[in-house]
Amino acid sequence: MPHNVPMSSTGARLGRPPLLLVVPAALGALLLVVPLVTLVADTPWGDVREQLSSTAVREALSLTVLASVVTVVMCLLLGTPLAWVLARVPFPGRSVVRAAVIVPLVLPPVVAGVALVTALGRNGTLGRLLDDWFGVTIPYTTTAVVIAHTFVSLPFYVLSVEGALRSAGEEYDAVAATLGADRWTTFRRVTLPLALPGVVAGSALAWARSLGEFGATITFAGNYPGTTQTMPSLIYTQLQSDPMVARTVSMVLLIVSILVLALLRNRWLTRP
Amino acid sequence: MSGLELGLTVPGRVSVAAVAQPGQVVGVIGPNGAGKSSLLRAVAGLVPSRGEVRVDDRGWSELPVRERDVGMAFQDQLLFPHLTALENVAFGPRNRGASRAAARSTAQDWLDRFGVGDLGRRKPRQLSGGQAQRVAIARALATDPRVLLLDEPFAGLDVGVAAGLRVELARHLASYDGVTLLVTHDAIDALTLADVVWVLEDGELAQVGPPREVAARPLTRHVARLVGLNVLRENGRFRSFSPSSVTVSPAEPAGSARHRWPGTVTSLAPHGDAVRILVTGEHELLADVTPAAVAELELAPGRHVWLSVKETAVDTYDAEREGD
Repeated sequence: MPHNVPMSSTGARLGRPPLLLVVPAALGALLLVVPLVTLVADTPWGDVREQLSSTAVREALSLTVLASVVTVVMCLLLGTPLAWVLARVPFPGRSVVRAAVIVPLVLPPVVAGVALVTALGRNGTLGRLLDDWFGVTIPYTTTAVVIAHTFVSLPFYVLSVEGALRSAGEEYDAVAATLGADRWTTFRRVTLPLALPGVVAGSALAWARSLGEFGATITFAGNYPGTTQTMPSLIYTQLQSDPMVARTVSMVLLIVSILVLALLRNRWLTRP
Repeated sequence: MSGLELGLTVPGRVSVAAVAQPGQVVGVIGPNGAGKSSLLRAVAGLVPSRGEVRVDDRGWSELPVRERDVGMAFQDQLLFPHLTALENVAFGPRNRGASRAAARSTAQDWLDRFGVGDLGRRKPRQLSGGQAQRVAIARALATDPRVLLLDEPFAGLDVGVAAGLRVELARHLASYDGVTLLVTHDAIDALTLADVVWVLEDGELAQVGPPREVAARPLTRHVARLVGLNVLRENGRFRSFSPSSVTVSPAEPAGSARHRWPGTVTSLAPHGDAVRILVTGEHELLADVTPAAVAELELAPGRHVWLSVKETAVDTYDAEREGD
C-alpha cells in the first residue's frame, strides 16, 4: 500500500483498532496530560507578576539560570573531550569507563547527592583534604549546586556527543591525517564541526536536566535562599507554605521545558 | 633508488613485494577482498603493517600518517561535508605550512586544472558525483605528494562521467612525477591509465606486467573475466581463447575440435552485436553467439550444451612468475 494513503483509510481497510490497545493508550495519554492541564488551569494568572517579583523567586530564578548555564559550559569543557576519548582513543578499560559515565543517568538523584557528600562533603574523602590543605569547603555553596548539576547532566551530554562523534565517522579523521593534519587540528577543524548537532543537542539536554535538578542539589548543596535555592527547591519549599506561589513558579518551569522541547524538535530531533 | 619500494604485509589481508618507478602509474586490480584497499591503506599508514615502505630512499614504516607524503583519494570521496570545495582542497596545503592565502590560491589552481574552478564555494552536497570526485583528486594532489593513492576513483560514477574523468586523469598523471597506485575493478582503467599492472589475488601478487601483456595472457580467472577471455590452467600451463572463437552445439560435436566441454547455460547478456553466454561445467566458460543462434539452439539458463574450440584459436603460455 502506498505511503500517501491517509491513515484513516488504512485503518478502515485493516479494521477497527482493538479496544485492548485503544483504552490503555487513552489512559496513558490522560495520565501525562491531565496534571499539566490542571497546572495551567489552576495558575492564578492575575497574580503572576506579583508572585514572581518576590525576592525569593528572583533569587531562585537567577541562581537556576546561572547554575544551568555554568553546567552547560562545564559539560562543553569536560564532556566534549571525554566523549572524544571514549569515541576515538582505544584504551584498556574503555568500556568500564563508558559504563561508569552512564551510571548517573539511572542513579536516583538523591543517591547522587549522597555520593557527592561522601566524596566532597566536609568529612568526605576529598572534601577533608580540600579543607585541610586549602581551607576550601564545598557543601552548601553555589559551587556545590554547579557540581551537583554537572554530575547529573554530564552523562546526557557525553552520550549525545559520543554518538555524534561515532556517526561522524573516523574515516574523516583518516582523510585529515593523509592531508597532514595532527590530531588537535583534526579535532578542531573536522571532528568537532561534524559533531556539532550532537554538541547542540547534548547541551540542550544538559541544560534541561540542570533546570529541573532537585534531589542531588538539595542533598549536597542544601536549600538556602540566595546561595543554593534553585527553582525546584523553591517550589518544594513554597508547596508547604504557599501552594499558589509553588504553582506559579512551576508554571514558569513548564513553559521553559516546552520551549526547549519545541526548539529541539525543530532544529535537532527531526532528521532532515 | 627513487620511487616506491614495497615489502610489506598487512597480517591476514595482503602481502606485497614490488617496486615502482617515479612517474609510473601502477594499476592495482583483483577481485573483491584480494587486498587492494588494504595495500593502499598500508602505504598511507592507515592500517598497521609489517615490513618496509620506502619512498625516494626514505623509510616510511615508522612514520605516522600525517608525515607520509601521500595524497589519497578515497572510494566515496569523503570530502569534508562542512567545508566548501575550495576549503577541502586548501586543507592539505594549510597543514603543510602554507599561509591561508597561499593555500587558497593553490587550491583554486588545482580546482581550475580539473575544470571545477567555478565550484569552489559549493559544499560537497551541492556537487555531482563527477564534480565531487574531481575535487577529491584535486585535494589529494594539492599537497604535491610523492605517492598518489587512488582507490576506485571512478566507482559509482555514471559511465559517461567516468569516461570524461578518465581522460582528464590520464592527462594529469602523465605530468605527475610521483608514483601512482590506482586501485580499480575496471579493465579499461588499467589498460588506459596504467604503465604497469599489479594483479592481486588472495592477498598476494599473482601477476605483474605491462597492461597489454596482462590483458593478452592473464594468469588469474579474475583478469580473464575482466578482459573477457577464457583462461584454463592445464599441467601448469595456461590456455586462453576468446569467447568469439567458441562454438556452441546442442550435442557433443563430432568434428576436429580438440577441446570440448559439456555444461549448463547459467546466464546470457548482450555483448556488442552478439550474445555472451556463461556456461558452467567443469570450468566456467564464456561464449559469444549470434542472436539467431540463441533462438535456434533455444539457449536459456538451464539449457545443456557442448562448447568446443579449435586448437588454432588457443594461445598457450607459461606462468612467468618470479620464484615460480
